[in-house]
Amino acid sequence: MLEAMAGFDERDSTSSSRPVPAFHKAVGKSVKGLRVGIPTEYRAPGLPEDVLAMWEQGIAWLREAGCEVVDVSLPHTRYGLTSYYIIAPAECSSNLARYDGIRFGKRVDGASLDAVYEASRAAGFGPEVRSRILMGTYVLSAGYYDAYYLKAQKVRTLIRRDFEQAFENVDVLLTPTAPSAAFAQGENQNDPVQMYLNDIFTVPASLAGIPGLSVPVGLNGSGLPLGLQVLGRHFDEETVLSVGGALEAAAGFAHRPTLHAGAGA
Amino acid sequence: MSYVIEGQTGQWEIVVGLEVHAQVVSHSKLFSGASTTFGGDPNTQVSLVDAAFPGMLPVINHACVAQAIRTGLGLNAQINLTSRFDRKNYFYADLPQGYQISQFEHPIVGTGTITIELANGETRSIGITRLHLEQDAGKLLHDQDPTKSFVDLNRAGVALMEIVSEPDIRAPEEAGAYLRKLRQILRYLGTCDGNMEEGSMRADVNVSVRKAGEPFRTRCEIKNVNSIRFVMQAIEAEAARQVEIWENGGTVDQETRLFDHTKGETRTMRSKEDAHDYRYFPDPDLLPLVLEQSWVDSLHAALPELPDAKRARFQQEYGITFYDAGVLVAEQAVADYYETVARGRDGKLAVSWVTGDLFAALNRTSTTIETSPVSAASLGKMLDLIADSTINGKIAKEVFEDMVETGEDPEASWNARACGR
Repeated sequence: MLEAMAGFDERDSTSSSRPVPAFHKAVGKSVKGLRVGIPTEYRAPGLPEDVLAMWEQGIAWLREAGCEVVDVSLPHTRYGLTSYYIIAPAECSSNLARYDGIRFGKRVDGASLDAVYEASRAAGFGPEVRSRILMGTYVLSAGYYDAYYLKAQKVRTLIRRDFEQAFENVDVLLTPTAPSAAFAQGENQNDPVQMYLNDIFTVPASLAGIPGLSVPVGLNGSGLPLGLQVLGRHFDEETVLSVGGALEAAAGFAHRPTLHAGAGA
Repeated sequence: MSYVIEGQTGQWEIVVGLEVHAQVVSHSKLFSGASTTFGGDPNTQVSLVDAAFPGMLPVINHACVAQAIRTGLGLNAQINLTSRFDRKNYFYADLPQGYQISQFEHPIVGTGTITIELANGETRSIGITRLHLEQDAGKLLHDQDPTKSFVDLNRAGVALMEIVSEPDIRAPEEAGAYLRKLRQILRYLGTCDGNMEEGSMRADVNVSVRKAGEPFRTRCEIKNVNSIRFVMQAIEAEAARQVEIWENGGTVDQETRLFDHTKGETRTMRSKEDAHDYRYFPDPDLLPLVLEQSWVDSLHAALPELPDAKRARFQQEYGITFYDAGVLVAEQAVADYYETVARGRDGKLAVSWVTGDLFAALNRTSTTIETSPVSAASLGKMLDLIADSTINGKIAKEVFEDMVETGEDPEASWNARACGR
């Protein structure tokens, strides 16, 4: 599917004109001799035992497959989540402006154009979207742009540089996908920060624009799935897929989810 | 004598800067393939990108970029090889994206100059701060239904060049001369048709007043003035209003105003408190615009001769006055006509026929230089008949009138006249 979706699109100015490799051939390729980096900053305090154990297991599997495992440092990782939750809502506040009730989105009538906008957007968007639009509008506002949006973009550059430096010494990075097992539907609804924190390991790759892959590799004590994340160099999806293939083969993960886990399934 | 306002507390000088929105001459829009032709039925020239359909992405139109570069070169301005598109966010019913794609921090063209000429023959140099590319908005139609307004998106996404002057203008006359000169350059370049009635060129006027030697005082911006005459009237009215406020001990508030040409006064459109916060940020859907110097050079090499250069050459080549040369180059078609008549002939005689008898005939017959009943070649031949003494000046006048009448060439008119006699 990735192979079909990837590649140049003349209607997307941000797409790359590089030729698309045969990604499916990368899966199953030997990973012998690859250097795998373990970012020390991802060993965050408070990381649950089961997540840590699964990570160690993944490291062991890759060693067995012939990889060399080394520690690497990504010093700006800790600013990743905050930067992401400035940049993404900023873009979201602008991208969603078209849902104003005139051409797109639910329309609620009002006495003036501004009243139509206010009522339509209040009624059409859910609470999480509204909160992101408000955050995004705030960080782009006069007087706050430099302190939030511009600074976040600078941090984003530093995060990308961290990865580029790391990839001078290693071929891929291996990390947990999330700092905890999946939470149940409806859980954490009233704690957005907890929700955002769950993205802490995946967001830096998005900011840096590097390829990442999450592989389900095992269950924790409560029977909930745990995943490992493989990150690679810009445009080096093939190595990421090879390493992901090796993990999948070693884990032999065949569990199927039951809906509403933990919430009285 | 420069322009001053005589106040009760002494003389005031005016400070004016102009922001001109010039619609780019191009087949398709700035970021979509939809047509830009004026006067189409509502919403017949709209692509999915212009209508802001979710997921549609902008792709820059190469031809519009070339037009902006050519304009920059024509304004003796710096071309920035790297520029960037930003989003200007605001809500309005004629703006389906909810933002306008514009250039805020890094425009495609930097500083340049325009030389203007005043009625007394003096010239002045007016600085250009920048030129940037941006999208036009759609148009609201309020007169189609008693209770509803309609949106026409034909204009949405059409490329505009915003050309910003330095606050170098010191008189309404100078503002008029600046706009005429800018329009002339744009028309020579073929980058904007300069048609203010159709809205393809409109001006925002920044006005403040001060005593001689003072730093700038607070300015007001008069939005969307759509004729050169109204720009000059708006400046006079606004400057007089500000002088009165200052002299009565008040303070001019920075605000956006509109010019009401029927009343000859400006009124508040929105005050500073209601000013939009546009939340500019780089458009993540577009990469920075990076130009090859070689492309800029090739556009430069292919520029047409511009009015100032043509005027100087006419003076030198045809031995005509600065004034006459100015009249001839005001419109490119007139300059071309003149040059066909004058080439290899008496340039002074040619200018007196073109700006004298020909202009009078065009006026009388309600024709233009393009539809002139007498072609440049025919007028040239008539000058040959004068030169070889076939006809004298008095007969020439009669022959010329026949030519206007019949559209025939001068020999035919002269023969008809000679035979008839």
